[in-house]
Amino acid sequence: MQFSSYDPSSFYDEMFEAPGTPRAHAQLLVETIESLSEGQLLRYKHAADQLLLQMGITFNVYGDDAGTERIFPFDLVPRIVTAAEWQRLERGLQQRIHALNAFLDDIYHDQKILKDGVIPAEVILSAASYRPQCKGLNPPRGVWCHITGTDLVRDGDGEFYVLEDNLRVPSGVSYVLENREVLKRIFPQVFEGLHVRPVNDYPSRLLEMLHTLEISGSTISNAPRVVLLTPGIYNSAYFEHSFLAQQMGVQLVEGRDLAATPSGVFMRTTKGLERVDVIYRRIDDDFLDPRAFRADSLLGVPGLMEACCNGRVALANAPGNGVADDKVIYAYVPEIIRYYEGADPILPNVPTFLCWREKDRQHVLQNLDKLVVKAANEAGGYGMLVGPHSTVAQRAEFAARISANPRNYIAQPTLSLSRVPTLVDDDHFEGRHVDLRPYVLYGKDIWVLPGGLTRVALRKGSLVVNSSQGGGSKDTWVLSGSGAA
Amino acid sequence: MTPPLLSRVADSVYWMARYIERAENVARFIGVNLNLMLDLPSGEGNQWQPIIATTGDAAAFTKRCGEATRESVIEFLARDNANPNSIASCVRAARENARSVRETISSEMWEQVNSLYLMVQASNPQSSSVGDPSFFHDIRMACHLFQGLTDSTMSHNEAWHFIRVGQALERADKTSRLLDVKYFILLPSLSDIGTPYDDVQWSAVLKSVSGFEMYRKRHGRIAPRRIVEFLLLDNDFPRAVRYCLGRADRYIHDITGTPPGTFSCSTEQRLGLLRSELDFAPVDIVFKTGLHEFLDALQGKMNKIDECISNDFFAQRETP
Repeated sequence: MQFSSYDPSSFYDEMFEAPGTPRAHAQLLVETIESLSEGQLLRYKHAADQLLLQMGITFNVYGDDAGTERIFPFDLVPRIVTAAEWQRLERGLQQRIHALNAFLDDIYHDQKILKDGVIPAEVILSAASYRPQCKGLNPPRGVWCHITGTDLVRDGDGEFYVLEDNLRVPSGVSYVLENREVLKRIFPQVFEGLHVRPVNDYPSRLLEMLHTLEISGSTISNAPRVVLLTPGIYNSAYFEHSFLAQQMGVQLVEGRDLAATPSGVFMRTTKGLERVDVIYRRIDDDFLDPRAFRADSLLGVPGLMEACCNGRVALANAPGNGVADDKVIYAYVPEIIRYYEGADPILPNVPTFLCWREKDRQHVLQNLDKLVVKAANEAGGYGMLVGPHSTVAQRAEFAARISANPRNYIAQPTLSLSRVPTLVDDDHFEGRHVDLRPYVLYGKDIWVLPGGLTRVALRKGSLVVNSSQGGGSKDTWVLSGSGAA
Repeated sequence: MTPPLLSRVADSVYWMARYIERAENVARFIGVNLNLMLDLPSGEGNQWQPIIATTGDAAAFTKRCGEATRESVIEFLARDNANPNSIASCVRAARENARSVRETISSEMWEQVNSLYLMVQASNPQSSSVGDPSFFHDIRMACHLFQGLTDSTMSHNEAWHFIRVGQALERADKTSRLLDVKYFILLPSLSDIGTPYDDVQWSAVLKSVSGFEMYRKRHGRIAPRRIVEFLLLDNDFPRAVRYCLGRADRYIHDITGTPPGTFSCSTEQRLGLLRSELDFAPVDIVFKTGLHEFLDALQGKMNKIDECISNDFFAQRETP
């Protein structure tokens, strides 16, 4: 299959500078794909789909009775990030996460940043994700956001912007590892001549990081006992939970497998109760502990928060992180970075209008057709209006919602997300919009996985990359400095 | 020290193994019967009804499907989602259990049970594949492959032992049921011993548990009493009830660490009792008691052992 008719259009294209002119670092990749015999790429695609199905790498779609399990569509054309670009992203992410962690520790202790008037206190206290239960909590070594999956997008100007911080329970890293595995198995020659940095040490790094969460008073003299807490097989990310548990060699537990007491957390085994030291929890704060948070949660462990506050068990990520993930507080992150790091942010934010500010709200209501409106506490592409693609009725509905609850809405200019050539209709390439989610681990230091999840909006013209809304993914190649680029 | 095993996980791997074994047995029963039909003159009685009896679903079948024909029985046993013991249901249940313990079993095992599931899903009722003996052969081989992978890709740790216990108990149950049903159906023909059909029928019973060749090596001539002795009391044949229970007993002792011949929980106590009964039971006594009565009691005891396992190992313990 050839790129001769491929049109990068007016967007920033990750692979082509101009029609027929690949970017220098993509030259070899273009040649390899073009050198395949007729139909070969399509055969690879079918083989990859078959492999994903056989391996059972599927996700569950909420509210879909017919086929509750689907494979996450995988496009064979990788997305490349050069060594120079990556270096800057890496430093920018380390700076940002260091600052956000300091912010969380401050917010749940002295609240200096509020006292100094950098952020209005009402913004914090009105955030649904602010958890008074976490006041005074001292997670081991002061780390709150152990695992982050920051969403980045590249705009038409070629600049990367941070779109969301995802400090709660980010998912998707298993697709990063499996996409690479599948591509290596199906289409190994595509890697030839390029120095693509490996990603498969992520589970080791994750386990190592979790082991740093030592608990005072633990009875275990050697490595602490780590478990991964999942909501269960009906959760959309269940595959990832079991995959990570398997790769780390730790137990995958459900809430009902655990019993919490003020002095510790135990798991129910065939030989009685066994102590647990560190819980990598993939359950949201709301459902973590019916005594501390939502009383109707059946997924959580009653008493878990008390044990955590007593320092008898460590949770990763710490509860309460959502406050730094709030879309209104997001607008203040550049200020947060300046406040705690004493430096300007390396990675820019997307300009954000806060509807609770009178002036911003007027601007938003007058420009709904141009802006992207997001609910402050929603994720997964739900509760969102993409102005340029919306109907009059949808805009009227959002205008009413914003006026009724201005605190809950923000708006941003519609970015023209960068594109990558993607196989369409099994017979040609077209540009499709992508984002990038790198994964960051905060243990003894802050480590960024050299790779990430590139989600691609498979529907023509669509800017929504979420797997629940017709998105797919691509392997993401970070080139090493010594590589061809 | 090996890491502890969650009760929920032990429960799931045990049932995963039972369902795989059950699917394999049902596939074998159907496959053997399809083959047997080719050797019997037409009008030799209904050979499909007994198969339903063997899986223990006769009442449900009659209620929902009526007369036992080749089509209705195969549909009921192979594809029917409403029949919890159909191949489709067993494979789905095995996969659901495997899915919930994917981090405990090996990737190879998961991929195999998933392939088996996809294979069964892909067989659609319109195609002829369901009545095709090769379909049942493929199911059996897929189950064997799963068991081989279990043996060679997973550590023989506590979870593995629960898998083996589940498999052994399911096997013992299926063999005893087959024997119970078939013996009484074939009983009238005891007077015609030596007729070719009798031989064919009894050979089919042995083939239903993959035991024909091994029986020949052990006892030679086809003789109903010998067959009963072989399937019930043999200590080497892997589908003989005594062999299976001996294995289950050993694996349970490996799990608890209790020395052989002693017990630390009711599972071990009941298994030990049943084992010694089979170890020392002369086949004449079995017939004197009445084979059916003996097998009935045996199944009751095996069900009780299953309950004990559940209570001793899977039940959620109290909060400290």
